[in-house]
Amino acid sequence: MTPILEIKNLRKDFKGFSLKDINLSLERGFIMGFIGPNGAGKSTTIKLILNLMERDRGEINVFGKDNIKNEIEVKNKIGFVLDENHYYEEITIKEMKRIIAPFYKQWDDGVFNKYVKDFGLPIDRKIKELSKGMKMKFSLAVALSHNAELLIMDEPTSGLDPVVRSELLDILSDLMQDENKGVFFSTHITSDLDKIADYITFINNGEIVFSTTKDDILDNFGLVKGPKELIFDNNLYEFVGMRENQYGFEALVQDKEKFKKLYGNKVVIEKPTLEDIMVYYTRRDKNA
Amino acid sequence: MNIIISNSSEKPIYEQITSQIKDYIIKGVLKEADILPSIRNLAKELKISVITTKRAYDELQKDGFITIVPGKGTYVSAQNKDLLRESRLRIVEEKLMEAVNAAKSIELSFDEILEMLKLFYEEDY
Repeated sequence: MTPILEIKNLRKDFKGFSLKDINLSLERGFIMGFIGPNGAGKSTTIKLILNLMERDRGEINVFGKDNIKNEIEVKNKIGFVLDENHYYEEITIKEMKRIIAPFYKQWDDGVFNKYVKDFGLPIDRKIKELSKGMKMKFSLAVALSHNAELLIMDEPTSGLDPVVRSELLDILSDLMQDENKGVFFSTHITSDLDKIADYITFINNGEIVFSTTKDDILDNFGLVKGPKELIFDNNLYEFVGMRENQYGFEALVQDKEKFKKLYGNKVVIEKPTLEDIMVYYTRRDKNA
Repeated sequence: MNIIISNSSEKPIYEQITSQIKDYIIKGVLKEADILPSIRNLAKELKISVITTKRAYDELQKDGFITIVPGKGTYVSAQNKDLLRESRLRIVEEKLMEAVNAAKSIELSFDEILEMLKLFYEEDY
């Protein structure tokens, strides 16, 4: 089956930062979380997918079609939620909707009104008067009201309280009842992804560190805690990253079964969160 | 049917699902030809990923507990109850053996073990 989103050797150079040969692929019916620290290249990648920025090299195919050559067709079927507000501040939700709707071939007022009701959006209020959560929900309502097949979101949960975040998760899992849809979203609040993402792509410093199923990651990585004596032994075993304190160390290993066989009786091995994984990879970078 | 997922458990989530569904089948709560929720529906209800749910169902199918009919649904397969009981019995035997060995290593007498066993057994039920 053609992936709903496929990126091949994507490159973009800036002064002092490059997106280096990004590769990833998402099948229909799944959610991919795009994680990485601030400045890793998440928003740049998303802007390149939406052609809000010109790529230097590489390929981006959405629904199997080049995102620039088929821009209008592709964008008709993409719903997006961006980090920054891209609506006119001085007009109301209702007026803003009237401006946006004609851009989409398959705009559905019924669906939009349903989301307005579900989300409790005040349609006669000006955009600038909306809270952050409300703005995100308005963006989401727009993104979901034109029969989009691919939903792309840049940091949709940042700055939102846990209640709104959990509402967003409900909406996403509802959406995924349709196995034709796909969701790609960036975030650094990984606890949200710990729950529902099928795939995780981790980007650091403009490079993809890994892109695989979440289960695969959580099954294999291990957070090891043990006595300091073992650190000197670590030429036998490579840590992804390590943190030492006066009474021991804590480290991330990529293959916990292998580590367990070697040192299982001397250490505690725990299940890491995606956040742990992100932190240790980023730290290694600094130490190198 | 209830399925409880613990995020703090060391046990992977797909295994938590398979073991609970297996239990329901062995206890007869789920019977032959009963329909299980769709993969996507279960994922939605449990707020977990579709891939995790799919893996759980794949494992259950591999072990012969369920049959996935593409486009139609997922059903509980006909079970050989005796065989299931047999495999559970083997687990009990293994665990008991382990306990006996541990007891012997600190020279616990048979009567002492029995006393302990009795205590645990009665506590549980």
